[in-house]
Amino acid sequence: MSEQNQGWSRRNFLTSTAASTMSVALLDRAAGAAPADEPKADPRSPVSLSLNVNGSTRRVALDARTTLLDALREHIGLTGSKKGCDHGQCGACTVMVDGKRVLSCLTLAAAAQGREVTTIEGLASADGTLHPMQQAFIDHDAFQCGYCTPGQIMSAVACVKEGHANSESEIREYMSGNLCRCACYPNIVDAITGAKPKMKEA
Amino acid sequence: MQPFVYSRAEDAAAALRNGNASLPSAVESANQYLAGGTTLVDLMKLNVMRPRMVVDINALEKTAAQIELGAQGLRLGALARMSAVADSADIRKNFPVIAQSLELAASAQIRNMASLGGNVLQRTRCIYFRDTSYPNCNKRTPGSGCAALEGINRMHAVLGTSRDCIATYPGDFGQALIALDAQVEVQGQDGKRAFPFAQLHRQPGASPHIETTLKEGELITAFTIPALPFAKRSLYLKIRDRSSYEFALASAAVALDLEGDKVRDVRIALGGVATVPWRAADAEARLKGKGLDDQTLTEVANAAFAGATGHGHNDFKVELGKRTLTRALKQAAAMEIPT
Ligand SMILES: Cc1cc2nc3c(=O)[nH]c(=O)nc-3n(C[C@H](O)[C@H](O)[C@H](O)COP(=O)(O)OP(=O)(O)OC[C@H]3O[C@@H](n4cnc5c(N)ncnc54)[C@H](O)[C@@H]3O)c2cc1C
Ligand code: SF4
Ligand code: FES
Ligand code: FES
Repeated sequence: MSEQNQGWSRRNFLTSTAASTMSVALLDRAAGAAPADEPKADPRSPVSLSLNVNGSTRRVALDARTTLLDALREHIGLTGSKKGCDHGQCGACTVMVDGKRVLSCLTLAAAAQGREVTTIEGLASADGTLHPMQQAFIDHDAFQCGYCTPGQIMSAVACVKEGHANSESEIREYMSGNLCRCACYPNIVDAITGAKPKMKEA
Repeated sequence: MQPFVYSRAEDAAAALRNGNASLPSAVESANQYLAGGTTLVDLMKLNVMRPRMVVDINALEKTAAQIELGAQGLRLGALARMSAVADSADIRKNFPVIAQSLELAASAQIRNMASLGGNVLQRTRCIYFRDTSYPNCNKRTPGSGCAALEGINRMHAVLGTSRDCIATYPGDFGQALIALDAQVEVQGQDGKRAFPFAQLHRQPGASPHIETTLKEGELITAFTIPALPFAKRSLYLKIRDRSSYEFALASAAVALDLEGDKVRDVRIALGGVATVPWRAADAEARLKGKGLDDQTLTEVANAAFAGATGHGHNDFKVELGKRTLTRALKQAAAMEIPT
């Protein structure tokens, strides 16, 4: 059965539970929380934040310990960004903040306030047309299990935009922060090489 | 992770108000500045660092992230990101060793996040320091002993070690700074001061948990590197277990001033092998006025590692370090210098 046909795909399930856990209770408790720039007495009381994700504003109330990755996945319901290592060692959680690729697992959600966050969900056009890099990953068969892929694609888009995709060896060096346990590296390099001219056209 | 209060400082004064109670250089400090978070958040997740308050200093980017090259030399704001400095055309041309030490570190994502100030204060990757299930780590828990001495110490230091700690200083940029006689500018409760970067880090001695000479709450604001025309002939050679996204087993930052085939002046710093950013002054003295023949290079490398002690698994680092230095010097001599 394809994912669309299932009443409860895993993705739907995660998304809806995340949306409901970011529930009224938390938001209510947060109503009285001090703004982030004023230290509060109980460090466990939630901080209310407004995050700009893929062009829309998301209000959440979070424990200050929450990383941007957990905020996206568990509270906002955007499960595209993946948690591989949670320690900056794999790149699966790569997102853009203010147009730069960063690791959402080492970014505190509170520190992302006032910045523009872009995740893999924000890459395709509104009409559903895939970003040239997404299409290139499909065309070049640049994944197997797909777990590292959202991070690879976010990183790849940045790699081209930064001007660090001028040769195979440069791509390999500047993509080294994204590990792939399925070892799709040769095809990932091909996909980036292929997407680069199309990103210029687009 | 321990609960903490997150606070944002809009300027240095606000940061100092919040950060004042604590030594930014100490693992157990209750207050920590947050720049890129790539060391701090990682170690907080591991419960190695347990601050009660995290003071986000990223708003200082507006005033403390400049990269300025003038006749006096180079000034780098402490909030400048590793990637911005590595990509600067001026730095790549005039101080290639700085650009390379940053470019060959971590990953593109981490370099976009990490600040220069946080970079020099990054903490050792010693596995026993990072794993709180080991009770004995003098750096994490003063007086508890050192698990690495009898443990797996392949990645550990051979220079500047003590009976109480043999942890490697893992950073790369620090080697470039110490080789180029950089100064650090800091701001504290009592105002501003500047001092040689070489005095920032402390060797472990009997108190490995005190890692720097920063005073309570002091904020690093900038690094200055005096003009050095011959730094155009400089490079950073990093040897590691995989060719990218890995810490150094051994590295060398070198700058050469050649007159014909004689060395008029030279700067050497070593990484991956020492407990702090390591200037190899004896090795420099050996090379001045000489040619880069094999015999001289052997003497220079021997001088650099004269005081080295291995602890078993890391014995190989002495020979690897010598070869790394030799190769770095040869490569620097062979560089074509753009005018
Ligand atoms: C997987 C991985 C691989 C890595 N590989 C390498 C590598 O190969 N080479 C390398 O050199 N590094 C490497 N790093 C380390 C990385 O470069 C550092 O974590 C980073 O530079 C720290 O900078 P930051 O701004 O993120 O610091 P933070 O984590 O924000 O801060 C670190 C510490 O410095 C303090 N601090 C920060 N800024 C200031 C300031 N201005 N004044 C006073 N105190 C301050 C903080 O309170 C904290 O204690 C790697 C890291 C990871 C996670
Ligand atoms: S080498 Fe230093 S950091 Fe590592 S266990 Fe020993 S005391 Fe701790
Ligand atoms: S999950 Fe962030 S780098 Fe692995
Ligand atoms: S496709 Fe499986 S980890 Fe990369």
